[in-house]
Amino acid sequence: MSDYLHDFFDIPSDLQHSWIGLVGLHLREALLPVAAGLLLALPIAQLCVRFRWLYPPVLSVTTVLYAIPSLAFFVVLIDYTGQTELTVMIPLAVYSLVVLVPAIVDGVRSVSEETLAAATAMGFGPLRRYFQVQLPIAVPAIIAGLRVATVSSISLVSVGMLIGNQGALGNLLHDAQIYNRPELTWNSVITTALLAILVDALLVLVRVLLTPWMPNGTARRKPAPALEDAAR
Amino acid sequence: MESVTKRYPDGTVAVDRLSLEIPDRSITVLVGPSGCGKTTTLRMINRMVEPSEGTILLDGEDIQRQPVTTLRRSMGYVIQNAGLFQHRTIVDNIATVPRMLGWGKQKARARAAELMERVGLDAALAKRYPYQLSGGQQQRVGVARALAADPPVLLMDEPFSAVDPVVRKGLQDELLRIQDELGKTIVFVTHDIDEAIKLGTMVAVMRTGGHLAQYAPPAELLSSPADTFVEDFLGGDRGIRRLSFFPSGRLELTTGPVIPLDATAEQIAAPTPLPPGDRRGRQTARLERAARPDGRGHQAGPAPVPRATVRPGTDSLRVALDCAVLSPTGWAVAVDTDGRVTGVVSQQTIGEAIRSAHAAGRDDERDDEKVAG
Repeated sequence: MSDYLHDFFDIPSDLQHSWIGLVGLHLREALLPVAAGLLLALPIAQLCVRFRWLYPPVLSVTTVLYAIPSLAFFVVLIDYTGQTELTVMIPLAVYSLVVLVPAIVDGVRSVSEETLAAATAMGFGPLRRYFQVQLPIAVPAIIAGLRVATVSSISLVSVGMLIGNQGALGNLLHDAQIYNRPELTWNSVITTALLAILVDALLVLVRVLLTPWMPNGTARRKPAPALEDAAR
Repeated sequence: MESVTKRYPDGTVAVDRLSLEIPDRSITVLVGPSGCGKTTTLRMINRMVEPSEGTILLDGEDIQRQPVTTLRRSMGYVIQNAGLFQHRTIVDNIATVPRMLGWGKQKARARAAELMERVGLDAALAKRYPYQLSGGQQQRVGVARALAADPPVLLMDEPFSAVDPVVRKGLQDELLRIQDELGKTIVFVTHDIDEAIKLGTMVAVMRTGGHLAQYAPPAELLSSPADTFVEDFLGGDRGIRRLSFFPSGRLELTTGPVIPLDATAEQIAAPTPLPPGDRRGRQTARLERAARPDGRGHQAGPAPVPRATVRPGTDSLRVALDCAVLSPTGWAVAVDTDGRVTGVVSQQTIGEAIRSAHAAGRDDERDDEKVAG
């Protein structure tokens, strides 16, 4: 058993990383694109909210981009960015848009007409209104989008293996083949899945911390004097 | 608040050459069917809608002349469903405008706490979020938030139309009480004519197309509607509703036997004189039923009608008439402010009081005409 465990974590030297190192690399390659995608998606979504006619074409474009196989992206990008992490991360960032843009647009649009009117009537300028009212209220929707984007990104990183060992944990799949070590396949699959679950749980935690104002789920339920009072 | 003239065409005309002089420190109600431009009119006052023609003067100054956010922060705004910030606590919701005006956090929160008390909210709710409150409570928060920076003007856009009738009545009474204390200039939009009549010092009835149909105090609206539209909009029994504006203080009371609703047959058979200080005194009402041979008929009777007594001086003739009509004998029972019986009054006497009140009303109008002439 301990032999097996030893083999399980014995990463071939051609990968130039320990198991922990691969995990770190994998997270970086997965999360940085989502972060970049979020930064890109926020202004795009705001434009779509501001100019309604823009939303359908933007959706089509992100969907078409998502439909391009990553391999095709690599073929194009490799001329510019070489066999680097960046070549893996650019398509991942682009893919995240297909989830993030609609998530943010729906989130921002979910702010009720009354709340917006009240904010305007109280003297919120457009910027203040966006950052202090619309964006905070859109947080649950945005995080829901981030969860999907992140998990999918974590699993997609593995294809980086195709452009010369840029797939982090995905590289183990290749090594498992060439060294005939099936336990490395298990390592890759299980570790990737665990990472996805952990990061997802982390995002849920962030949501809970950021939105104590949400009616359902984890919000603390105090016996509401709201009800007694309502009966008055 | 000064005279307002404006027109608003954007293809369709929402408000058409409307002129209104809104008196200071009183409640002016804009009322009309949906699509009559009342909300548009309200929103022009804080420039959420810009008038295409005409000007709005506030204290003699054109509202276009100050920055729009400054203008808005000087006007409280209450909206249907409250429009609270769901992501902020109650106290932070209320403190929004003071914070924007640069108040310190402490000062703004203290002010919010003060306002919660004023609008009748339990201080324990301060740290709650809007979803934890009932609709009525949210609306109170909405009012508190609008009052937070002590603006001279309060704009209210159908604030109470999304809550149930009982809560609505409570909120209306509360608004009148707050208005007594603070004396704001309030512009109130509603589609409910009864709410308009109850709250308004002046009522502007608007009709579809943004025309002003009539602008008058509520009593005048009920007594002399300008045209059939206003009359239809006021609905039935406006004669009865108008009685709300006549005081019952001059009703002449007579003494008579008043028997509590829960009197036994023996008590009725040997009528004691009107017991002074009997708070249960209701009506001579139950006589026939209670005198049934088994002497127990009263127990099967319905619960006493609440408010079946009239307090002359405090209540209106409408209440007096209502009491008399509800009483099986046709006599209303008058009580003092402590609920002690002071006498009874017949439908006939009330009828005479109504006639003389009408006559007085006509005299007033004639006086007005003389002044105008």
